[in-house]
Amino acid sequence: MAKPAGPIARTAEAVDDWVGERASVKSFYRKHLSEYWAPKNFNLWYFFGSLSLLVLVNQLLTGIFLTMHYKPDAELAFASVEYIMRDVEWGWLIRYMHSTGASLFFAVVYLHMFRALMYGSYKKPRELVWILGVAIFLILMAESFMGYVLPWGQMSYWGAQVIISLFGAVPYVGEGLVEWIRGDYFVADATLNRFFALHVVALPMVLLLLVVLHLAALHEVGSNNPDGVDIKAKKDAQGRPLDAVPFHPYYTVKDIFGAGVFLLIAAFIVFFWPEGGGKFLKPDNFVMANPLVTPDHIPPVWYFTPFYAILQAVPDKLLGVITMGVAVLILFLVPWLDRSPVRSLRYRSWVSRLALGIFAVAFVRLGMLGLAQDSSTFELRLWTFVYFAFFILMPLWTSFEKTKPVPERVTS
Amino acid sequence: MIRSIRILAAAAVLAATGPVLAAGGGDLDAAGTNVFDRASLQRGAALFVNYCMGCHSLQYQRYQRLAEDLELSEEMVNEFLVKGNSELTDYMKSSMPYEESADWFGKAPPDLTLTARSRGPDWIYTFLRSYYLTDNGWNNTVLENPAMPHVLWDLQGIQRALTETETDEDGNSRTRITTLELDSGGRLSPSEYDRTVRDITAFMEYVAEPVILERERLGVWVLLFLAVFTFLAYLLYVDYWKDVKK
Repeated sequence: MAKPAGPIARTAEAVDDWVGERASVKSFYRKHLSEYWAPKNFNLWYFFGSLSLLVLVNQLLTGIFLTMHYKPDAELAFASVEYIMRDVEWGWLIRYMHSTGASLFFAVVYLHMFRALMYGSYKKPRELVWILGVAIFLILMAESFMGYVLPWGQMSYWGAQVIISLFGAVPYVGEGLVEWIRGDYFVADATLNRFFALHVVALPMVLLLLVVLHLAALHEVGSNNPDGVDIKAKKDAQGRPLDAVPFHPYYTVKDIFGAGVFLLIAAFIVFFWPEGGGKFLKPDNFVMANPLVTPDHIPPVWYFTPFYAILQAVPDKLLGVITMGVAVLILFLVPWLDRSPVRSLRYRSWVSRLALGIFAVAFVRLGMLGLAQDSSTFELRLWTFVYFAFFILMPLWTSFEKTKPVPERVTS
Repeated sequence: MIRSIRILAAAAVLAATGPVLAAGGGDLDAAGTNVFDRASLQRGAALFVNYCMGCHSLQYQRYQRLAEDLELSEEMVNEFLVKGNSELTDYMKSSMPYEESADWFGKAPPDLTLTARSRGPDWIYTFLRSYYLTDNGWNNTVLENPAMPHVLWDLQGIQRALTETETDEDGNSRTRITTLELDSGGRLSPSEYDRTVRDITAFMEYVAEPVILERERLGVWVLLFLAVFTFLAYLLYVDYWKDVKK
């Protein structure tokens, strides 16, 4: 090979060699980008994974800047948020990006999870990818709940009060547990301080670790696709899957386009609709927390309402909390509840399609019921029943339904 | 691709029907404010300082920001709006002592900086038009037994409530207010009074979120930039995928 010409090129090469001898940057790049073979038939649903990562980065960056001006103190927190909105240069934009990002995070994560349910992305050999994903979802719920408390408005305060008191349903140790979480006899400064610590330090670290593991587990086994076809079964002479393209540049350019569309929607909300019709920023949260005034209605933020509805459907407090917990934890079992020999819904019968369709309706309907005041108990219970029936009956219909033959190569 | 878009669209429609079903709300009148109308905001600011700020503060709003956003000269704001010993850079605080005021009124007059965001403009607009005089003093159909008297009464005049007594199936009778009637007119005609209240409401909407004036102006450019970016990204995507799509 010819010697590089100029001093800059020579230096660059020397640095490159030096790093190359000490770290496997290139092999990392190859393994995860330029030679990560991704099926070429990804559709719209496959944008939501990279979009989740984009929102995560947005939350981390805007969060860091918010931390520079926010005061985690029950006396000062509310005013410091208004200070960010008014006196900090571009503070309003950073704050709206963070608050909008929280809602959009759940929107893309729910769609990402639904994609996995449609195409059987949790089935062997991707069980670990799914389990890590559900763990991310759990931590994300804790992270957003604690973040919601920080502005210290009426909804922050009373939402925290309601959610923390749920732990009081635990037999024997309930009351002590609640006090331990709050750090006081009521939701107070101590609670705000610890939630701040957890929201900005502890949980983001756990979240990042889980995201790294989620991606590592995925790249170990490779991505699924809408056909659920194993692309590694057909390879060319060089050992490259025939139906795959290297992630970079093919999916990086495609995902940049997806990010553009997503950012258009996100920017529209940030600049023209930041309160999200009272769903992203609640009207009551523009009133400073007041322990002496209980709001008439304390609904959780929209992304928690399906689970809140399940809690309301059960008359007993302890059983309600358990049911709500199981509603989330049951997701961990999906890889083993699904007995179907095929992955994708495309090659399953109408039974699977109908089941997933009804489940989606139940989830959205529960979300609406959890948001409304005085929802009918009958409807709450009906859709809660449907929610659980989907999981509990899954082994039955997936064992008996007649599946279609899966093609050897991906379609379209 | 088309099919997945259809599924997503169906989900969006399903989700969008939620708020419609959930919304109920009281019967508030639409405020019809235009927060981008500078003149309306300026009139609202003057009215607010004269009629409201004797008791209510805007504790997060600085006079200086107001001058900038409403395109008023600092001299004008200093002369006509800045209260007592305050300075231009100060927050717009009422000179009423907060602690004592609770003793005087039974409840300290609340800060109004964020009321337009917590209650909504329609609530403020309707509230200020819904005072009526009873034998026991002022009352209001939006907020029953308010601690605040009708401070704008000389503008609006005096309204009285017309009631109707209904008897339900169990034989309990209940008196219900049907309409408020102007008993003796004030300095303004009803339509002039509505405009005045609308100006105050618009000003409070601005104060609740001063950046609203900047936000939407900037948003247009951000969306335009992103539209161009996304279009170029699309072309790049199509170009890269030419061979794969064959």
